[in-house]
Amino acid sequence: MAKYQAKREIKIPAIKDGTVIDHIPSRITFKIMRLIDPQEYNHTINLALNLNSKKMGKKGIIKLSSRKLTQDEVNKISILAPNATVSIIRDYAVKKKIEVKIPRLIEKIVRCSNPNCITNAEDVRTRFSLVSKEPFSIRCNYCERAMSRDDIKLN
Amino acid sequence: MGGKFKGRDIISIRDLSKADLLAILDAAKKLDQKPKRDLMVSKVLATLFFEPSTRTRLSFMSAMERMGGKVLGFENTEVTSVKKGETLWDTIKMVAQYADVIVQRHPTEGAARLAAEASSVPVINAGDGANQHPTQTLLDLYTIRKEKAKLDNLNIAFVGDLKYGRTVHSLCIALSHFRTKLYFIAPEALQMPKSYLGDLDNKKIPYIVEQDLMKVAPDLDVIYMTRIQKERFPDPVEYNKLKGVYRIDKSLLGHTKKDVRIMHPLPRVDEINTDLDDFPQAAYFRQAGNGIPVRQAVIALVSGMM
Ligand SMILES: [Zn+2]
Repeated sequence: MAKYQAKREIKIPAIKDGTVIDHIPSRITFKIMRLIDPQEYNHTINLALNLNSKKMGKKGIIKLSSRKLTQDEVNKISILAPNATVSIIRDYAVKKKIEVKIPRLIEKIVRCSNPNCITNAEDVRTRFSLVSKEPFSIRCNYCERAMSRDDIKLN
Repeated sequence: MGGKFKGRDIISIRDLSKADLLAILDAAKKLDQKPKRDLMVSKVLATLFFEPSTRTRLSFMSAMERMGGKVLGFENTEVTSVKKGETLWDTIKMVAQYADVIVQRHPTEGAARLAAEASSVPVINAGDGANQHPTQTLLDLYTIRKEKAKLDNLNIAFVGDLKYGRTVHSLCIALSHFRTKLYFIAPEALQMPKSYLGDLDNKKIPYIVEQDLMKVAPDLDVIYMTRIQKERFPDPVEYNKLKGVYRIDKSLLGHTKKDVRIMHPLPRVDEINTDLDDFPQAAYFRQAGNGIPVRQAVIALVSGMM
């Protein structure tokens, strides 16, 4: 498995230990990159986008050496890219696949797009409920405004 | 019936199940038929109106005082420390020490939910920006049931500004618990938002989207009029063309069922001619009056006195 992958994705060097985020829609690869805060991180990051994918057309992939993702980060990824896969790599092999699943309650991560929402006026932990996955819609628990993926601003 | 409501906040119509709605309507009916002058004698209601809404405030005050309770509070922010930068959170924390129930009106959406989180006593939302005003919806629902003696198998039309009309959105959510057929009558630019129609689809509630009230008038049991505000219109020429279309008068009654009921959240501007006022079909002033028993029921239920 590991060998086969290394061969197929020859342009992106395999990593020994770390995390691979795969099947990211190309256009949001940089958004995902931003939320894992690359500046704070001093190991190698390999990033590729516009890779051909049978399933998705074009996709992005991010490989993080020596880095685990927190649950919070996986949650954020799931909101932006619900079909992404996150794999933990140990010794060039996939040790574990973490399921990316949109939480039913999304706390803190997202900012409300409604400028007249109390969460943008006072210091409040934001909370959104998942309304539907497809088409993607979440509702602010405070102002009750529904937001699509395009409206989303991360905290 | 009170056990279920004691200590509960009334923030959004979405929080209320069908059973909750019916329990509140039943409690209101009891108080409507047999007023209880001393039900709230030992209790204090705080009305915090961070923006003015005199009619709503008077309605809550009247509801409480007719049950023997005390009212304290303010209208507009001039007199409060809000101007000095105190947060809503801190204001509510403090007021919860003085009152048994808090009624809040606030210009910011979601402010009622935040107040409820801060408060140790029940909070009733009397309007948070363009979002929710649940006691208005409850009194609308109460009026329909009182006027038509049922909430199922009714054809109910919403007319006017359905895009921005908060009362329409909330009543639509409340009615989706019942077997009604809904008619949305508005110019295209002010039609019901897609998200609400999607909710109705999910719940398999039949509805019709239409521009011409006269086309469907004979089918209707209830006509819920709203005001079209000029500033909501993208194009003033469009506004002038359409503003008169939904202006109704007594001639409408020649096209409707005899027992049709016409409702309006008030205040009206000119969308209902006063020549309709004295007909039994005109329910809008009775509707406003229903605010008293409905608000009494909500106050009494959440404070555990009923
Ligand atoms: Zn919000």
